[in-house]
Parts: sequence; C-alpha cells; structure tokens
Amino acid sequence: MDAMVRELSYAQAIQEAMAIAMDMDERVFLMGEDIGVYGGAFQVTGDLVERYGADRVIDTPISELGGAGVAVGAALTGMRPIFEFQFSDFATLAMEQIVNQAAKMRFMLGGEVSVPVVMRFPAGSGTGAAAQHSQSLEAWLGHVPGLKVIQPATPYDAKGMLLAAVADPDPVMIFEHKLLYKMKGPVPEGYYTVPIGKADIRREGRDLTIVATSIMVQKALDAAAVLESEGIDVEVVDLRTIRPMDKQTVIDSVKKTSRLLCVYEAVKTLGIGAEVSAMIAESEAFDYLDAPIVRLGGAETPIPYNPELEKVTVPQIPDIITAARDLVKGVR
Amino acid sequence: MATASKAVTNSRANLPFVYRQYSAEQLKQVLHKMYLVRRFEEGAEECYTRGLIHGTMHLSIGQEASAMGICMPLAEDDQITSTHRGHGHCIAKGAEVKRMFAEFFGKTTGYCKGRGGSMHIADVGKGNLGANGIVGGGIPIAVGAALSSKMMKTGKVVVSFFGDGANNEGAFHEALNMAAVWKLPVIFVCENNGYGMSTSTARSTAVKNIAERAAAYSMPGVIVNGNIFSEVAEASHQAVARARAGEGPTLIESKTYRHRGHSKSDRNRYRTKEEIEDWMSNRDPITLFESELREFGFIDDKGIEAIRDAVAQEIAEGIEFAKASPSPDISETGNYVYTEQA
Repeated sequence: MDAMVRELSYAQAIQEAMAIAMDMDERVFLMGEDIGVYGGAFQVTGDLVERYGADRVIDTPISELGGAGVAVGAALTGMRPIFEFQFSDFATLAMEQIVNQAAKMRFMLGGEVSVPVVMRFPAGSGTGAAAQHSQSLEAWLGHVPGLKVIQPATPYDAKGMLLAAVADPDPVMIFEHKLLYKMKGPVPEGYYTVPIGKADIRREGRDLTIVATSIMVQKALDAAAVLESEGIDVEVVDLRTIRPMDKQTVIDSVKKTSRLLCVYEAVKTLGIGAEVSAMIAESEAFDYLDAPIVRLGGAETPIPYNPELEKVTVPQIPDIITAARDLVKGVR
Repeated sequence: MATASKAVTNSRANLPFVYRQYSAEQLKQVLHKMYLVRRFEEGAEECYTRGLIHGTMHLSIGQEASAMGICMPLAEDDQITSTHRGHGHCIAKGAEVKRMFAEFFGKTTGYCKGRGGSMHIADVGKGNLGANGIVGGGIPIAVGAALSSKMMKTGKVVVSFFGDGANNEGAFHEALNMAAVWKLPVIFVCENNGYGMSTSTARSTAVKNIAERAAAYSMPGVIVNGNIFSEVAEASHQAVARARAGEGPTLIESKTYRHRGHSKSDRNRYRTKEEIEDWMSNRDPITLFESELREFGFIDDKGIEAIRDAVAQEIAEGIEFAKASPSPDISETGNYVYTEQA
C-alpha cells in the first residue's frame, strides 16, 4: 500500500518531518532563534508552535554558542533536540559546541554516552544576503569525525533524511540550501526515512559522471537535459551525505563513465570536490579515467551583494554544460 | 551524596551548618573523601613524575572542600558538569579512584576506556557528565541537562562547575541568561582560585566578585569561603532547594586556591612563595575541616588516623589496579567515534 504522495515544497517537507518526529517521540523538541510565532527566518517551522506549544518549539535568545550547547546537553541527557541555526554562517559562533563537544563526547567518554542532536543550517547564496549570510560551510563540519553531515537536494530527501537524522544516535548536521526551500516535489505522507551515508543516482548516463551536492544537483540535471540534445549522456550522482561519504556509488559510476566532474557551491579549494577527486584518484576507478577530473566550485571570494556578481561567484547551468562538454570532447 | 539527618540535637544548635545537618558518620565520610581527593592527586602527580602517566593534569589540591561541599546535598541521580580541574568533583560525586587511576594510565578499565584521560574524566553512572578541556564548555551543556530535567520532569538538579577563567567566556553569559529566562534547575559554581592559568582575576575580570555577575541574570549570587566545607555545603543546600522548587538557578562563587600550578608546565612565576605558603599553612581546607570535627567532638585522633590509613590503602590498591589493567588494542583506535549500530 503506497502512502499518499503530494507535491510539497522543501520547507514544507522539513516541517512535516519535524511534526511527525514530535508526534512519534515526546523527547523530540525544536530550538532556535525566532522559530516560534515568527515561524523561523525561512518559515520552516511555520505554525508548529501553535500545534506543539512553546515548550516544544522553543525560541532561544540570540545565543548560538549557548543555544547549541543547551541542545548538546539536552541530547546527552535523554532528549532529542532539533536545533535550527538562523543562517548556516552562524555556525561560526557555535563551533566550540559542535566541534569540541557534540562531535567528541562519545569518543572522549569511551562510548558511555551518545549525543543524538540534529542541527539544521540554512545555507548558500542567491538571496542577496551578501557575505555573512550566504556561505556554504558544510566541508568545515565534514572534516570532523564524530559528526554526520548531510545535504538533501529534494523535498523527498529533506523529509526522509531529517527523520533518519532524528532516529540517529549521533549528531547529524543538515545543510539546507535556502533557494531549495520553495522547490516543490513529490513527498509521501507519513513516516519514512532516507538513509544517511547513501548517495543517489538521479540520472543514469554513459559518458560522464557529475557528482553534485545540494542545489547543484538540480542544476546538473538541467545541464544534463541540454547535453542530451547534443548526444552527451550524463550520469548525475547526488552525494546527499558528505560524511560518511558513499564512496562505492561514486567509484562504480566513474568506472562506468570514465569521466568525473564535481559540482558544488562552496569555495572550490579544499572542498567536497577535492575530497571526491582524491577518493577517485586513490580508488580502482582511477585506471578507468579517460580524462582529468574537473571541479566546478565557488569562486575564491566572499559572496558579493551585487546580483550579477553573486551569480558568477557560484557555478551556474551554462558553466556545467561547458565543463561537461569540454570534458567529453577532450578539450581539457 | 547524602540526605540530611533529621536528628538535630540541642547540643549542636550553635554549631555551623553541617554539624547540625549531618551525622558524625556522614561527616567522617566527607573527611574520608577529602583525603581521597588529596591523595589521589598526589598519587597521580607522583606517577606522572615517575613517567608512568603521560600528557598533563590539572591538580585541585587545596580545593577539596569546594567540591565536597557543593556535592553534599546532591542525590546520586543529580548531575554535574566538571572542568579540567575536575578530579575532586569526580570523587565527590561518587567515582572509584581505581577506575580514575586506570583512566590516567590509559587503560580499558578506566572510566573512558583510556580515551579521555584526566581532562575528560566522567562517571555517567553517578551523574558526572564529564570534565571538559574547553574553559566554559560544560556550562551550556549543564543548562541543556537541566532543560532535560524540566522537560522530562525527573526532578534532577544539575551543577555546573567552572573556574574563574570561565566567567569571561561568552558561553558563561549565554548559559546563565538562558537558565534564568527558563528558570531551570541548575546551579552555577564558580571555583575562583584567583588565577586563570597565570592571569589573576584582578587583571582579567571587571567585577571584584564573580558572584556580582548573577545580578545581570536576575539570579542569586552567593559568595562563600570555598575552603570551609560547612559554608560551601550550606550555600549548596539553599541553591539545591531553590532549584528543586522550580525557582531557577543560583550562582555560587566559591573562593579558594590551588596549591599546585595550573598544569605540569607551570613555573609559578605569577604568584609569590609567601602567598602559596600562606594558603597551604593557614587555610588548607582539610586541616580546617579536621580541626572543626575534632573541636566539636565528631572525631578523635584515632578516627583521623584510621581514615588516613584507609585512604592510603585505597590509593595504593588503585594504582596497582591501573598498572595491572590492559591497554586498549591498537585495532580499536576507531571505536566510539560513532555509535555502533546493530
């Protein structure tokens, strides 16, 4: 029996997941800045405070470090907090609690505790919010053992991966691209999970593998549709989780297509693309490569305010088309 | 660690708080534990000097009455967060010294199976959620534990120990504010030993007394002589009662002194020999407690001797236990990074 499937926005899918999690488990609660009557800066919590009350949808003071620490402490002692950062950039204010405490507590205490906290980070550029409200910092947290870091790219995955995150005994960091919040897609009613640590082949193809994350998945799919008309058959792998990374899916894809293009919005240098490229270079897929690996990432600058400048700072569909075409035709 | 004795005899009516509140047996237990903290740290220091323990450690010798006094009114399932100078808190909350030594030796029988060492020692079963290597790191975590207590209605009280250095961290201010806004059952205990590493509170802190900062968060701020067990325990009693009644947090400033340096690298260049000597000779918390116990007739010389002997034996056995325990296998380096899933 299939659950009823509706079209929901990415934001609605997250909200529905949080409501289901709170219905299923009284230990689940939400914390964050202006997530109550305001409904969250991006209206993700919406009217949940009316349905679940201010004791379970808790407005915090503007105290990212303290708030994250309270969430960690609550998770450590039996609750299941979901902590919303207003912007992912504000993770910089809370790094101590995320990196030194949440990530390491189980290890430091020899497995005596776990920290089942979920943290949500609205991320990315494209909203004219300029340099301090537009960053993509997922690789920062992806560098820390003890954390799990996910980037759902569709409403379906946003709901299923959030429910998987709540069920996970370890700290899970969810990076949600702000431009995805209004994206619509099919979402089943009721409870389901999408596993953390599994990539998804969103489009099968023979000529080239594009490994993309978050909003770049849809851009890669749009680019693939154009390239198809040119006779180039692109496979698009949605990485979905950056720690722990699903290496095998990427390796198998590259062995099939012999070409790899990594597309991500974060600053190109020392990012996800570097990790995926190195992982392939170290794997058996290296012998299958017919061309150098190519990375398309963000420019080596802060995100600018001017809309034209902002746009050229991160990869766009034409950039992906050009890079893919050049790769397949051996221009590079 | 103990519930109050109902027997308050008339003869004790004019004595300080703990001598009215607790039985002779309970107070002897306190002396036993204070010695246990002192001798544990001396033992750990000796093992370090002999090269049996690596890394570093932060000794709380001189601060024993503070740890014991604060934990005195706590129940076993009440919780604490501790600091890098946390061995006293650990023992006061009920830890066994043999498993603490084993942790210092990096053995599998240690409280953290050798993964944490001195700076991350914890005893979750007894409510010690862990020492912390980050100054102020445990304060918001304690507030989170107190939020759990309130949401789950467990009635638990949470104590957050921290030093004077932590009161200048942002985490301190954010955490105290939230605890007060939400009226959480948490007690903030600043063990002010006068120095954040080498920098004195006079040079680092704008207020004369850290307890004054409580006013900014609308909670009681209480100053106690941290070297007098009864004073500390009395303040803790009041704060615990307030927390259990749902009236919210308290900030206790326990003024004390560490006889040793900050850590093993300390050359004591920021304080005088005379200052250290004064605290050791005239204000030692164990000496002060012992003489009160004797003066009020709770113990005699023989009783004190018996406690010292019992502690010496416990320490010697603890060190032997640690030495004889196995080290973790190198193949287990990656364990406990994530929760092992069936």
